[in-house]
Amino acid sequence: MRRYWTGVPGVVAAVLLLAATTGAAQEGSAVYGDIMNDPRIKDHIVGDKHSGYVYATVATRDMQEDDFKNPAFTWVGLAEDLWGAAEGTAGKSCADCHGAVETLKGVSLGYPKYRDKTANMAALEHVINECRTERMGADAWKWESDQMLGMTAHVKLQSRGMPIDVAIDGPARPFFEKGREFYFQRRGQLDLSCNMCHLDNAGNMIRADLLSHGMGNGFPTYRLKWQKLGSLHRRFTGCNKNIRAEPFKRGSEEYTNLELFVMWRSNGLPSEAPSVRR
Amino acid sequence: MRSKAIPRALWALCLAGLAAGEAQAGDLAAFFVVGNGIPEYLSGQPGDPERGREIAIRRNKGNCLACHKMPIPDAQYHGEVAPDLAGVGSRMPEAELRLRIVNPKIVNPDTMMPSFYRISGLHRVAKQFRGKTILTPQEVEDVVAYLKTLRDDTD
Repeated sequence: MRRYWTGVPGVVAAVLLLAATTGAAQEGSAVYGDIMNDPRIKDHIVGDKHSGYVYATVATRDMQEDDFKNPAFTWVGLAEDLWGAAEGTAGKSCADCHGAVETLKGVSLGYPKYRDKTANMAALEHVINECRTERMGADAWKWESDQMLGMTAHVKLQSRGMPIDVAIDGPARPFFEKGREFYFQRRGQLDLSCNMCHLDNAGNMIRADLLSHGMGNGFPTYRLKWQKLGSLHRRFTGCNKNIRAEPFKRGSEEYTNLELFVMWRSNGLPSEAPSVRR
Repeated sequence: MRSKAIPRALWALCLAGLAAGEAQAGDLAAFFVVGNGIPEYLSGQPGDPERGREIAIRRNKGNCLACHKMPIPDAQYHGEVAPDLAGVGSRMPEAELRLRIVNPKIVNPDTMMPSFYRISGLHRVAKQFRGKTILTPQEVEDVVAYLKTLRDDTD
């Protein structure tokens, strides 16, 4: 361990670290100083729930509000093309069954959703892939592929501004309980649970980062750190890695149950996908 | 005077690392908890406060600044989720400082603070960190030595 302190690798690491620290610091106080004075945040606070928008910088919000500036719309554009493209052995496109994408208005708000067929929770990604493999005879898309990210953004865009509304009663209940258990379970070498940062310390700084309330209503989100659109499960992976915990696979039952819990927390907040975040 | 969570008579021998056998960290050094503290040096020798300060700042080491405000004006970003450490060396005896770094859950099971010298009782630790402590015994001592210098009763 002490090798860090001597030799070339140590010096390089120290310099890189210093650069990173300085960069974050300069970005810092000026950026967060006025975020609560922006009148736009009132539409993103419902009761005691704060959308990630409330913890975003003013510049980030400006980017999200303008579809021409929001980089996520590159992926939405890709999905617009995919919507009408026939694929697979059935030679069908999304449009062949669904018609215009606008017919899906409101549909995404209830996901993840329990399905008898699989006897578990399905995220929007799961049902999109089911359409592809079962009705189109096409290959499933990878969870974090441009196509999947674009299509989830495209579908969720139809519900923009409408309140998130996932159900946790009936058969969804045990999956909700598993999601809750995950949320409150300490994990990783740092021995932290989700709630410690995102429930108990939302709005507090953890070094150069402002802790959000951990809501899911903006996903998929264009994250400046990623320079890319990304899924909620990718964000879970990042959080888990930050606390030095072994992540689960994107699309796994564990993360889908956690998504259910997180989306339940987000119930009532406006759907903002595709949002822009730090 | 501080937390009464641990009866003063309790002596706990912690040999937590026996099962792990990970190459780099190996078994944990044995230490005795006396009251709310660990009175003896974890590494058998005192720490270096200068190095301790560096460890407190470094993100992949102690990263104390992630959560604590500290009297380190040259580091611009300080966390807000844990108590200010200015003056902690006056408030807490050395043995207590050491225990708080090694495993603060011994005095406060609900604390958010990580245990910097512990490998057991953790859930789903990432593979590359499994069986390893966050800090080495000497690094723990370095941080203890640094925190001891954070006094507010000297001037």
